[in-house]
Amino acid sequence: MAEIHVDVRGETCPVPLVEMRKAVKKAAPGDVIEIVGTNAASKKEIPMAAEALELKVLSIDENAEFWTIKILR
Amino acid sequence: MAEKTTIIVHSGDLDKMYSALIVANGSLAMGMEVSLYFTFWGLLRLKKGGLEKGPLSKMNFLGLGRMMIKSRMKKNNVASLERLMSDFKELGGKIIACEMTMEIMGVKKSDLMEELIDEYGAVGTYIQEARESTITLLI
Repeated sequence: MAEIHVDVRGETCPVPLVEMRKAVKKAAPGDVIEIVGTNAASKKEIPMAAEALELKVLSIDENAEFWTIKILR
Repeated sequence: MAEKTTIIVHSGDLDKMYSALIVANGSLAMGMEVSLYFTFWGLLRLKKGGLEKGPLSKMNFLGLGRMMIKSRMKKNNVASLERLMSDFKELGGKIIACEMTMEIMGVKKSDLMEELIDEYGAVGTYIQEARESTITLLI
């Protein structure tokens, strides 16, 4: 079970969503995908996409500089 | 079967190409299938080296407005159409080129980026795609 890191800090719509989807495609079941970004809309929409893809969101964290979302493939 | 988005890409304007490809990539990212049907001015954007060539649909000002928008996009780190197109293909998006437009405008297959195009078709092809789609748009 690997942990895959996707860094989309500084990227704007639709790149964070697309990069998340590309990572999900490459991941194996059981892998954890960690996405780090700064785009505000994507912080809301990545969990929406995860739900649409029937994947579990493990955590959503945010500090002053960026947010981190973990998804279970 | 996954839900599907079908978009008629009629305009070749830069801003509308962005709208089409952003909606397309968003749909793929959220687990849908996508077909893009390129026709009229949109089809010209599939010519070799043509993807980024469109003017702005409004306030183009002979290319000055376009230059301004382009530089603001760069500043805000907006992805290029080339990148959006390559992501679109990587995520399994389908591209259909309108054969009638090719005839009217004298565009040959060899003029187009054939590696991007999955199918050449006419209205029937679009209808078959659209009738099984939950989102259909004309851009």
